[in-house]
Amino acid sequence: MSSVVDILLWGVLPYVVLLVVIGGTIWRYKYDQFGWTTRSSQLYESRLLRIGSPLFHFGILAVLVGHIVGLIIPKSWTDAVGMSEHLYHIVALSTGTFAGIGTFVGLALLIYRRRKTGPVFMATTNNDKMMYFMLVVTLIAGLATTIISVFDHSVPNYRETVSPWFRSIWILQPDVGAMAAAGLSFKVHVLFAFALFMAWPFTRLVHAFTAPLHYLFRPYIVYRSRDRVTRSGSVPVRRGWDPVGTQDRDRGVRRGGSTRREKAPSGR
Amino acid sequence: MRVMAQTAMVMTLDKCIGCHTCSVTCKQAWTNRAGTEYVWFNNVETRPGQGYPRRYEDQEKWRGGWTLNKRGNLQLKSGNRLQKLFGIFASPVQPELDDYYEPWTYDYENLVASPATDDFPVARPKSLITGKDTKVEWSANWDDDLGGTANTDEKDPILQKIREQSEEQIRLEFEKTFMFYLPRICEHCLNPSCMASCPSGAIYKRSEDGIVLVDQDRCRGWRQCITGCPYKKIYYNHKSGKAEKCTFCYPRVEVGIPTVCAETCVGRMRYIGIFLYDADRVTEAAATPDEKDLYEAQLDILLDPNDPEVIRQARADGIAEDWLEAARKSPVYAMAKELRVALPLHPEYRTMPMVWYVPPLSPIVDLLRDQGHDGENPDVLFGAIDSLRIPVEYLAELFTAGDTEVVTNVLRKLAAMRSYMRDLTLGNEPDESIAEAVGMTGSQIQQMYRLMAIAKYDERYVIPTAHLEEAHGLEEMGCSLDVDGGPGMGQMGGLGEASGRPTPVAIENFNALRARQTSEDPTGNSQLAGRVNLLNWDGQGNPDGLFPAEQGGQGDAGGRR
Repeated sequence: MSSVVDILLWGVLPYVVLLVVIGGTIWRYKYDQFGWTTRSSQLYESRLLRIGSPLFHFGILAVLVGHIVGLIIPKSWTDAVGMSEHLYHIVALSTGTFAGIGTFVGLALLIYRRRKTGPVFMATTNNDKMMYFMLVVTLIAGLATTIISVFDHSVPNYRETVSPWFRSIWILQPDVGAMAAAGLSFKVHVLFAFALFMAWPFTRLVHAFTAPLHYLFRPYIVYRSRDRVTRSGSVPVRRGWDPVGTQDRDRGVRRGGSTRREKAPSGR
Repeated sequence: MRVMAQTAMVMTLDKCIGCHTCSVTCKQAWTNRAGTEYVWFNNVETRPGQGYPRRYEDQEKWRGGWTLNKRGNLQLKSGNRLQKLFGIFASPVQPELDDYYEPWTYDYENLVASPATDDFPVARPKSLITGKDTKVEWSANWDDDLGGTANTDEKDPILQKIREQSEEQIRLEFEKTFMFYLPRICEHCLNPSCMASCPSGAIYKRSEDGIVLVDQDRCRGWRQCITGCPYKKIYYNHKSGKAEKCTFCYPRVEVGIPTVCAETCVGRMRYIGIFLYDADRVTEAAATPDEKDLYEAQLDILLDPNDPEVIRQARADGIAEDWLEAARKSPVYAMAKELRVALPLHPEYRTMPMVWYVPPLSPIVDLLRDQGHDGENPDVLFGAIDSLRIPVEYLAELFTAGDTEVVTNVLRKLAAMRSYMRDLTLGNEPDESIAEAVGMTGSQIQQMYRLMAIAKYDERYVIPTAHLEEAHGLEEMGCSLDVDGGPGMGQMGGLGEASGRPTPVAIENFNALRARQTSEDPTGNSQLAGRVNLLNWDGQGNPDGLFPAEQGGQGDAGGRR
């Protein structure tokens, strides 16, 4: 029987996180396209960035792939192809440590650059600082799980605890017990990751969601008609079923009237 | 054939006096905002000189524009699509602020706030990037009028190239030096490499008028366009994290008035009109194997607006009659294609630029006269062109990928115009042989003279308006520069400044008016804070602050009643 805390943490919280990530992203995409940017600081400094940024980004992409493989592929599958647990862990540990350390060094370099380069530090918002903090603690907690698992063999195998729980979330049958049985370091890592994910839509990290993979397929030259450009402006895009006609009046209505109704002159 | 219209500009460099009025008015209109302090959509360079950003023409370093791959196809000079994506985390060759300049202001406050001292107070330069004291070392026109060029001329990429090729020493000694001005805006290319570099697809060309714009909502700050543009005319707004560029003043052009830079040009050296071009053949023309053929290829895709076949196809492609009429009257078409005196800037970048230049004929007439020649005699004039102060090779590197013959022909036409028109002005029979010598007719020369010397406003700017039936779409259309400090300033989304939707102009106007009426006095007289400025009062009603606030303390005790 799972405790209330376990149910809240591993049964309820994942869905809250999902809700915030998906809902927040949709909201931001609709509300704040203009703020949706990498906010690159390469204009100010590029010597350190040239090393740190690719190291961090390629590292974290490798970490992402590692997580997907480790969490999604069940143990029974690797067993079926005759891969021993020992071999699996050697592969996972070596590649994972490599990617994790690359990411960590990259991130450390980026933070050093951000603090030490005057203009870059000037351009750092509180939002950025919070984001860096969460990235760092999540990354350190993640690296810690690896190190602890190597030296402390009493920690339950994550492939029998965290992974089944992770998969169960997506079929809406959260296996709270599996996660509750996981090692403490994994729990801490997961909770930090939850916090990071919840902050994700509200930081500059959103740029990851618009990774420009379509660049590989689009034509080089983009023509766009002036008529349709209005979507970038303040006139809302009209839906197909909206009545045809003058649309300039609905602005004032949408903005809650405060913009159109001036304070009536009181007269004397 | 697919006919499209393109708004374009011609600048006649002989008439540029390097006053920078275009730059200043452009900056006031478009980039007078935080995040764009270092940005000049229009800048005027003294050539020879390094340009802005420094040495932007050195494409071996900056890798802008297009090149041909092994199979003879167009490819971005900075790499294919996959290479571009792999370089996205740290753009390999993006210019840094130092390559432009560190923008600054002065600590003017110190001039009035300084306590009485023996020495005059000074206004120290302060960096607009770090806010700290700075040393002003470079700017967008630091080497204006050859300032310091004698020491830095080695850094002009074109001079370097000519020297390597010709082994001939180009003189920059004071008595023998040359210079001319080169105003530059975005080229609004037919084959823009910035657009092709944009991973997000945020840069687009308007199909109606060919103006190239950045969709501020779709730009994600991947900054590949900055590398992609060989003219370095896309800038990174370091505050909003978005790319920005010259807009060809589209809100003005749409209603038929010229761009700010053209309108305010004191030399009246800018011409605006439209081209009709064959959109299907742009890529083919840009992939012309020999760089020196690119100028001809570019002329070739410009269509004759008087050709019935072109007119028929243009109508089929939805180009309105008034646009066709404007194309027939277009001064840019006349100068670029009919008279062939306007040349594109750096055709070898293969972007098909649409801002054209009439190369400068050095002050040759005066020079020849001083040497005892008849400065307007055609034989003398033509002979002198090869030994002009401004080397033809230099102009050729700018305008024709090094083909001096094209430049020489243009300069001969300019010289012929002087000689031919002298006869007319003096009441003599015009000498048609002068016109024939440069492959023109007398009437063409007169047309050229009229365009270049006396064309009035409506001849220099033939700009068809955006269509009235589309007016609702244009109304309140978001300005791509509606950001903090810009026309739409004051907007503040939930995610910090410059986030959220742009404020509609009408609301912004209302807020601005209210702010003007009630804000603190600019002189800092806090007693007037919150008071209505009577100069802005519309005479209606009794807004807050029309009368002084009721005084507390002494005023209360005094005879308020």
